Amino acid sequence: MKRWKKRAAIIGGGLVAVGIAAALVLNALNSNIALYVTPSDVFAGKAPKSQAFRIGGLVKEGSLRRDNLTVHFVITDMAQDIPVAYTGILPDLFKEGKGAVVQVKQASGGEYVATEVLAKHDENYMPPEAKDALDKAQKMKGASAP
Amino acid sequence: MIPELGHFALILALCVSLVQGVLPVFGAQNGRREWIVLARPAAQIAFLLMLASFAALAWSFYVNDFSVQYVAAHSNSQLPTLFRFGAVWGGHEGSLLLWVFMLSGWTVAVAQFSRTLDDAMVARVLGVLGLVTTGLLLFILFTSNPFDRLLPAAENGRDLNPLLQDPGLIFHPPMLYMGYVGFAVAFAFAISALLSGRLDAAWARWSRPWTTAAWVFLTLGIALGSWWAYYELGWGGWWFWDPVENASFMPWLLGTALLHSLAVTEKRGSFKSWTVLLAIGAFSLSLLGTFLVRSGVLTSVHAFATDPRRGIFILVLLLLVVGSSLALFAWRAPKVALGGTFALVSRESLMLVGNVLLVVACASVLLGTLYPLLIDALKLGKISVGPPYFNAVFVPLMAPVLFLLAAVPLAKWKNADAKDIALRMWIPAGLAIVAAILVPRVMGGWTVMTAVGVALSVWIASSGVIQVARRLKAGFPPASFWGMHLGHFGIAVFVFGVTMVGGFQEEQDVRMEPGDTVLVGGYNFKMIGVKDVTGPNYSAARGEFEVTHGGGAPNILYPEKRNYFSSTMPMTEAAIDAGFTRDVYVSLGEPLEGKAWAVRVYFKPFVDWIWGGCLLMALGGLFAVTDRRYRMGLKSAAASAGALQGAQP
Repeated sequence: MKRWKKRAAIIGGGLVAVGIAAALVLNALNSNIALYVTPSDVFAGKAPKSQAFRIGGLVKEGSLRRDNLTVHFVITDMAQDIPVAYTGILPDLFKEGKGAVVQVKQASGGEYVATEVLAKHDENYMPPEAKDALDKAQKMKGASAP
Repeated sequence: MIPELGHFALILALCVSLVQGVLPVFGAQNGRREWIVLARPAAQIAFLLMLASFAALAWSFYVNDFSVQYVAAHSNSQLPTLFRFGAVWGGHEGSLLLWVFMLSGWTVAVAQFSRTLDDAMVARVLGVLGLVTTGLLLFILFTSNPFDRLLPAAENGRDLNPLLQDPGLIFHPPMLYMGYVGFAVAFAFAISALLSGRLDAAWARWSRPWTTAAWVFLTLGIALGSWWAYYELGWGGWWFWDPVENASFMPWLLGTALLHSLAVTEKRGSFKSWTVLLAIGAFSLSLLGTFLVRSGVLTSVHAFATDPRRGIFILVLLLLVVGSSLALFAWRAPKVALGGTFALVSRESLMLVGNVLLVVACASVLLGTLYPLLIDALKLGKISVGPPYFNAVFVPLMAPVLFLLAAVPLAKWKNADAKDIALRMWIPAGLAIVAAILVPRVMGGWTVMTAVGVALSVWIASSGVIQVARRLKAGFPPASFWGMHLGHFGIAVFVFGVTMVGGFQEEQDVRMEPGDTVLVGGYNFKMIGVKDVTGPNYSAARGEFEVTHGGGAPNILYPEKRNYFSSTMPMTEAAIDAGFTRDVYVSLGEPLEGKAWAVRVYFKPFVDWIWGGCLLMALGGLFAVTDRRYRMGLKSAAASAGALQGAQP
């Protein structure tokens, strides 16, 4: 085989590989991204309609209620409260008054159904998304107050 | 006093590393003998100083010196001695100290086992390592000094994070760091080769055992971390595509590509520039991994409390390393002679395909890991990229690699005959097809994914066995041959485990009262009850479960829910009955009303094969390192890895 043909084959093969990889990546990214939203955003109807998304905030004090394996609680950014239900075992660090991030798909009966509740390694650690939500709500309040 | 001595040793180590990083490199470029010979003694002194510094910190932990801030934050007088030792690297500052200590360990090993290499080359390699050490020591001294005092001293320490109170912690980070840091040696060799313009087979041969040794440590480190997450953290899975896991996995992927690329460079003189780029890439990703974990820019289960200054410092260091080495590459690489040519179908070309796929896979993992950061930095919102992304991209990219790796050893260098290879692969192909049809059915349901997984695993394993059997007829093969086949066999075992767990695991979260039973994966779990027990620094609720399978004798499992005295955070200790073909797994959730508990029950077929496969891969690497040809003429570059392993804590 001629040298240029071989080169062309190698380069062509490389391009095909990269192309396939790019297609896989784009396709997978499209369907597997979850947007972080704050409880205020959810309240304002700014949450994605058809895709799963994540809510960050605090678990409201006194909102935790168990019903067999299903747990009901409220995620808050101190401005708006969003009721969430989760069936299954919660991570060790899930606690009232502490930060949490939940992945939810859609609402049923006024509650958002969580498919995943995220926990952290450290009890004093606040998930950045939860902190972000609180900060934003704080700012909004500051802006609306005189 | 002791902490101040440790601090002082650290500052001295910085000075010595700076000398080691600057003078020998200039000496080698300008032919100044008196500067070249400085390299070895400087490396030795730097190592001793780092040892002293590390020992000082360990001593502070041992004697519970809570006037040292780092000790007060990560230890407690009730903490068992073994964990107090592990706590030395349980936090940010200590783990970085360990990082640099290990780097100086690798450096001194290179200095010791390079007697046959010419002095100028040794000076360059040690010089580059000295510069890397200098950068990291500056980082420690300016942003994360473990010897900072706390005045007045704390009454007692805050205790080690209970999650980290486990033998797994004592081994996982050092192993991982040994791997990360070991790629610095491959990096230093590549940079030195660029500096000298001598990118030849001798360089590749030199670099190979070091790279393989680093890869072995990294493999073990990642496997240990995965195993630890599985059995200690009670997460029930073995891999989560968490950003921090990815941070360790990316250097592994590039390191694997580098291993194979180095083999081609050594044997055939091809791929030189590619190999150098991989060496630069693998080490850069190790640094990136440190940046990602330590800067707190990522949302991760590993995200401990952080300090933004640290992130910026590592980012600058990373940019310096990547930027200067790529600039050097652009300047020098055109002068590097091209290697041997090869045909379209040859061992070289097949290895190249595998190599490119590994790099592309690594890039896709990198993209998925950094994408949320990018979106956040562009103020487009906050997002997370979930495990499905990684599975959807990574698995299809790896499948061709697995398919190829069984056949590549059959291909001849330079020019191979595709028909000949195909003819020799029909037995593995037949076995793979039969297994793909039967095994998933026996396990309880045929799906495409499980069939492909089983087929690839059997394809690799059986072709390996046949190749070994054929080779044995021609006499006893060298260690590197065994290393390669053991490593590939490990991949087959790993793939089988992953396929079985992915396809056939069963999981249930249930509410159980004493006397209740639940059937999962053919195993009957009966809850006997939950009792309160007390440990050395915690109290716990301990469940008792009777597990029976068929008519066999019952097996008792004791999962625990612990409350450590020094922490308000509860800890789940899963109870696992591990077996060759399956694990059964019980962990306690929360107490419900009355005597009922939320309980998580798992059945995981062949899950231990995942870590067994990793162990085999690492063992294969170890065999390859001990190959005699690395010792011929250059004594024991290989043994150094073994000696180092023994010497490190």
